[in-house]
Amino acid sequence: METIWFAIVALMITAYVVLDGFDLGAGAIHFFVGKNSKERAGVLQAIGPVWDGNEVWLLAAGGTLYFAFPVLYSSAFSGFYLPLMIVLWLLIFRGIGIELRHQMDHPMWHSFWDFAFSVSSILLTIFFGAALGNVIRGVPLNADGYFFEPLWTDWRVGTQNGILDWYTVLTGVVSLTALSLHGASYLAVKTEDGMNERARKCVGISWYFLVAFTALSLIATVYARPQVLNNYRDYPIGWLVPAVVVGALAAIKYFHSKKSDKPMFISSAAYLVGMLVGAVFAVYPNVLPASTGDEYSLTIHNAAAGSYGLGVGLVWWIIGITIAVTYFVLLYRAFGGKIDLGSEH
Amino acid sequence: MDDALLLHRLHFAFTITYHYLFPQLTMGLAPLIVFFKTLFIWKGEERYNRAAFFLGKIFAIAFIFGVVTGIPMEFQFGTNWARFSRAVGGVIGQTLAMEGVFAFFLESAVLGVFLFGERKVGQRLHWLSSVLLFLGTWLSGYFIVATNAWMQHPVGYEQVGDGKFQLTSFWSLIFNPWAIYQYMHNMGGAFVTGSFAVAALGAFFLLSKKNVDFGKLFLRTGVVAALLGSVWMLFPSGDFQAKMVAKHQPITLAAMEGVFKTENGVGIVLVGQPNVHEQRIDNPIIVPNALSFMTYQRWDAELKGLDAYPKEDHPDNIALLYYAYHIMVGLGTIFIAIMIVAALQLWRGKLFGSNLLLWVLMLAFPLPFIANTAGWMTSELGRQPWLVYGLVRTTGGFSSTVSAGNALFTLLGFMGIYTLLSILYLFLMYRVIDNAGKYLAEEGE
Ligand code: HDD
Ligand code: HEM
Ligand code: HEM
Repeated sequence: METIWFAIVALMITAYVVLDGFDLGAGAIHFFVGKNSKERAGVLQAIGPVWDGNEVWLLAAGGTLYFAFPVLYSSAFSGFYLPLMIVLWLLIFRGIGIELRHQMDHPMWHSFWDFAFSVSSILLTIFFGAALGNVIRGVPLNADGYFFEPLWTDWRVGTQNGILDWYTVLTGVVSLTALSLHGASYLAVKTEDGMNERARKCVGISWYFLVAFTALSLIATVYARPQVLNNYRDYPIGWLVPAVVVGALAAIKYFHSKKSDKPMFISSAAYLVGMLVGAVFAVYPNVLPASTGDEYSLTIHNAAAGSYGLGVGLVWWIIGITIAVTYFVLLYRAFGGKIDLGSEH
Repeated sequence: MDDALLLHRLHFAFTITYHYLFPQLTMGLAPLIVFFKTLFIWKGEERYNRAAFFLGKIFAIAFIFGVVTGIPMEFQFGTNWARFSRAVGGVIGQTLAMEGVFAFFLESAVLGVFLFGERKVGQRLHWLSSVLLFLGTWLSGYFIVATNAWMQHPVGYEQVGDGKFQLTSFWSLIFNPWAIYQYMHNMGGAFVTGSFAVAALGAFFLLSKKNVDFGKLFLRTGVVAALLGSVWMLFPSGDFQAKMVAKHQPITLAAMEGVFKTENGVGIVLVGQPNVHEQRIDNPIIVPNALSFMTYQRWDAELKGLDAYPKEDHPDNIALLYYAYHIMVGLGTIFIAIMIVAALQLWRGKLFGSNLLLWVLMLAFPLPFIANTAGWMTSELGRQPWLVYGLVRTTGGFSSTVSAGNALFTLLGFMGIYTLLSILYLFLMYRVIDNAGKYLAEEGE
């Protein structure tokens, strides 16, 4: 039962990264793809009807985590107190930026919110990557199962961790690169002419960085936390996951040269799924490894809620998520196709 | 009191109070939007569609602010109340997760269709989207109220060692009687906010002699809705609430009403200042025996005062609790009075010409926000010193690893950001209302 919920939470987080990932990525390259105010309005138009729904995956994943693994939720959220609060503030600015830009027709108003949208998107992608880095590297849990990390200490991977050290900064950069590419390929699907070309160019450039950073981060991970290889050793089927990542990278390049945007976008989604599944597979059955010693790690067993609750939860979760996925399919259908520059949404 | 505890409480209180300013308006406007949209489909008159469209604009702005201030709420259970979450997450996590899965997905998907899809999907589906939006916001309200209700009156759980609680009955959590009564009253409160806002818009249009036809439409609808809503707040829903508190949280009732001493035939305090130090009400104006009657339907029933309970179980801010409660009930009474007069004048056909009354209606729109906030302060202060009534004390729930300094830092951060948000919000609302003529006259989207 705990394993099922572990998979469900991982699935929801993956859905969040793949979906909100493209609108975050679009924000990161907002000024690169949108050369003038009208085109930048186009970027927002492309994500306007869907970003809020995408973000709900974060809330739903958070809520599900709360109810399935309350111990993990309480220790991770209080331990990552400062970065989470900063993430919340960024989410506020970003949401407001997206929704308020078109409320008024004034160049300064537009510039201001374009800037807020882009900067908050960039910082968010880095923070999310760093968060994942923290979970893989492990945090200084104490015997009560709590910890508190300052934003940074000495930037080294050790037991006196800060949220940011060289390793988590690296994972943050991987995330920024990967999501920029993801956002760019989404924009390529949604736009035409100049914007389409620039989005595609962006994919092309970030692809080289992504390959380099991905390789670097994999090596760094094995160095920072050698235990990640245990599961791969015990269950060799796991090696399929890195194979998917490599395949996805190759596919992005291939479709990029073929100029077929949709398959390119799907390949980039596959890359993200591969990376996340790889991380989750390496961590399991831990949900939050301790850098202070394996006996302190939170696992699916000592962090989960009672089995009755998890049982009934499964019933409503399946019903609820089926309905939710239906909305998403309908929504993306309704707002599918290329955007029409200049028309209000 | 512990510094960190106080800051975590202020942190939560500040952010939730601010958040709730927006949902109460969206939840209150949603049924009225459905009302206008339905009239349009039924009668085929474009002006009803315009009215729904304009209120939709207002709804949309409040909704955005509701969303961005709501996201921090979801996180704060973990960031600021970690020990509480660890103890009871297995129970109230259910309702919170269900809110995300059932309500938030629905709202976010439907809002886009409602705001931008009128041309794309056609009128019938557009009507459906307004109904679903209404449903989504009200469903959201239920799950969150059920969460709070469990903290007020825990049911369907068992204790499982090291201070943790587990769910044992899903249906008792969902149909917690406290949740049902609290929901009825709370949603009534939101409806009052929404209908006062519509009436105020109508009054503003008439007084400024712009969009006069819509002014009349809004006034007619707003006044009737506000009258129904206001009466509902007192009876039956307010009465239910009071009886429930009397039954399950008698200490809270005593503190709310300012009853310090156990007596037969207790009167109700209309005005007066609680003097907690000397355990009495200063300058009281009292209706004799009324409280005994309202609670037990007997004029001379005995009512336990605060002196009947151990001091460590008293709410820790009796004076504020007492004022919050009296402000809510006082405003509730004033609402009924205003709306009876307005409805009477409307019925006699004199409302639209009565400038004084129109001014009153226009200026009254902030009052329901105050009443709702005061009502929540009553619930939340009345729950003290418990976080989960009778089970978890507030002192044992906050995140002990998050220092007072860090909590103060983020509290100040939220205050700064919310100040900025308030300015933006007022500015945007002003613009929408200022452009009302344009939205009301436009054809189609
Ligand atoms: C427009 C807003 C509004 C108005 C006019 C009233 N209320 Fe209220 N009241 C609320 C808005 C509200 C609220 C904010 O919605 C609360 C907080 C929790 C809840 O469910 O509803 C609440 C809670 C609440 C409680 C519960 C306190 C607790 O849980 O400890 C009681 C006993 C009452 N109300 C009683 C009344 C009475 C007798 C009213 C007479 C007119 C009244 N309310 C008017
Ligand atoms: C929306 C209207 C609400 C308002 C205005 C409100 C107000 C408050 C206030 C004033 C406090 C601080 C009380 C104190 O000083 O101790 C508080 C605390 C708290 N409230 Fe609420 N609340 C609302 C709704 C909710 C809901 C729906 C929940 C639960 C889902 C909730 C959960 C809490 C928690 C966990 C605390 C902190 C613990 C405590 O101090 O008791 N509140 N709230
Ligand atoms: C009486 C208390 C509350 C009510 C009735 C309420 C209701 C609502 C409603 C109707 C919305 C939809 C947006 C809007 O209409 O503005 C909303 C948004 C939100 N609320 Fe609250 N809320 C309350 C308190 C809370 C609390 C305590 C939390 C934290 C757990 C919370 C979390 C959220 C979140 C995360 C959103 C954004 C959802 C989205 O992205 O669509 N709310 N709330």
